[in-house]
Amino acid sequence: MAGRAQIRTNSSALIAMIADEDTVTGFLLAGVGNVDLRRKTNYLIVASKTTVKAIEDAFREFTTKEDIAIVLISQYVANTIRFLVDSYNKPVPAILEIPSKDHPYDPTHDSVLSRVRYLFSSESAASGRR
Amino acid sequence: MSGQSQRLNVVPTVTMLGVMKARLVGATRGHALLKKKSDALTVKFRAILKMIVSTKESMGEIMRASSFALTEAKYAAGENIKHVVLESVKSASLRVRSRQENIAGVKLPRFEHFTDPGAGDTKADLTGLARGGQQIQACRAAHVKAIEVLVELASLQTSFLTLDEAIKTTNRRVNALENVVKPRLENTISYIRAELDELEREDFFRLKKIQGYKKREIERQLQAAKQFAEEQFSEKVSLKKGISISSAHNLLVAGTEKDEDIIF
Repeated sequence: MAGRAQIRTNSSALIAMIADEDTVTGFLLAGVGNVDLRRKTNYLIVASKTTVKAIEDAFREFTTKEDIAIVLISQYVANTIRFLVDSYNKPVPAILEIPSKDHPYDPTHDSVLSRVRYLFSSESAASGRR
Repeated sequence: MSGQSQRLNVVPTVTMLGVMKARLVGATRGHALLKKKSDALTVKFRAILKMIVSTKESMGEIMRASSFALTEAKYAAGENIKHVVLESVKSASLRVRSRQENIAGVKLPRFEHFTDPGAGDTKADLTGLARGGQQIQACRAAHVKAIEVLVELASLQTSFLTLDEAIKTTNRRVNALENVVKPRLENTISYIRAELDELEREDFFRLKKIQGYKKREIERQLQAAKQFAEEQFSEKVSLKKGISISSAHNLLVAGTEKDEDIIF
């Protein structure tokens, strides 16, 4: 119990987004977008010419910022940085994979659900105690 | 691990036996409690798992609906609605609050969304004033609903991951208690008991031996005393008759001995 990562209780945290233009526009309409004093946004619009490095950097930045609680990432974008997403194991912020307009939701690639399936199929930590 | 379930190195005294017994009782109680905790966590884990699967499916549905609404809005309000929206981003009005929930001793995070009224989004309100305002509103409502579901899903996901960790740790502790600590304590207790028995047997043996010696001493002394008494008695009797038996005895005995001065 000592030394376990403390879960921050935040009274006002942001939702970050790494998705294609349409999805981000929709959520910006809903009021999720935030531009802070240093002109830094909590979203990244991924177009066809966005480099993988830019996506990686944005992902790293969003997951290390203190005031971001959830990171929404399109599934096809997550596929390009699959190794980063899979090796991410902090509880906060939560990484959520969302479908996009032209890429319907594919549960086989979701990092969390694949772990779930592994837990269901083989002897999991929960059921393999004895 | 060299030597499965060895014993602890202790001095085999009665006090240590008491201490070890107390520790074994503590370990047994701890083991039972941790098992209960692990069972409770596993139940919650399974429940969360089911909820995650169903929520992800509904999320797919909702996202589809919201992107459809967005397409409608784009159609109604013209293509450059995106630029207007992008320009109008200031401060997030839809935010997330995170609290901690305590489930069977494990702190799980929980997110809930709330609207920050302070961050005025007057700019966004004016979007679509020219055309397609109703579609814009519908799109906004659809996306807000999507955000609700997504926040719920994020809560579930983090609880899931945290619970997974917690269950692994608890199971590790249960197994450690059951397979390492308790056998070690039990071995130590039986070792102490064996040593104490050995010491007792040694003592007993020593006692018996000493008793034996003492008994033989006493018997020998009794014998010596009896013989002495008999001799005294016979001496007295022979003195009455005029001769001393003991001196006669000595003469006889001396006679059989060879005297070197005598040649024949």
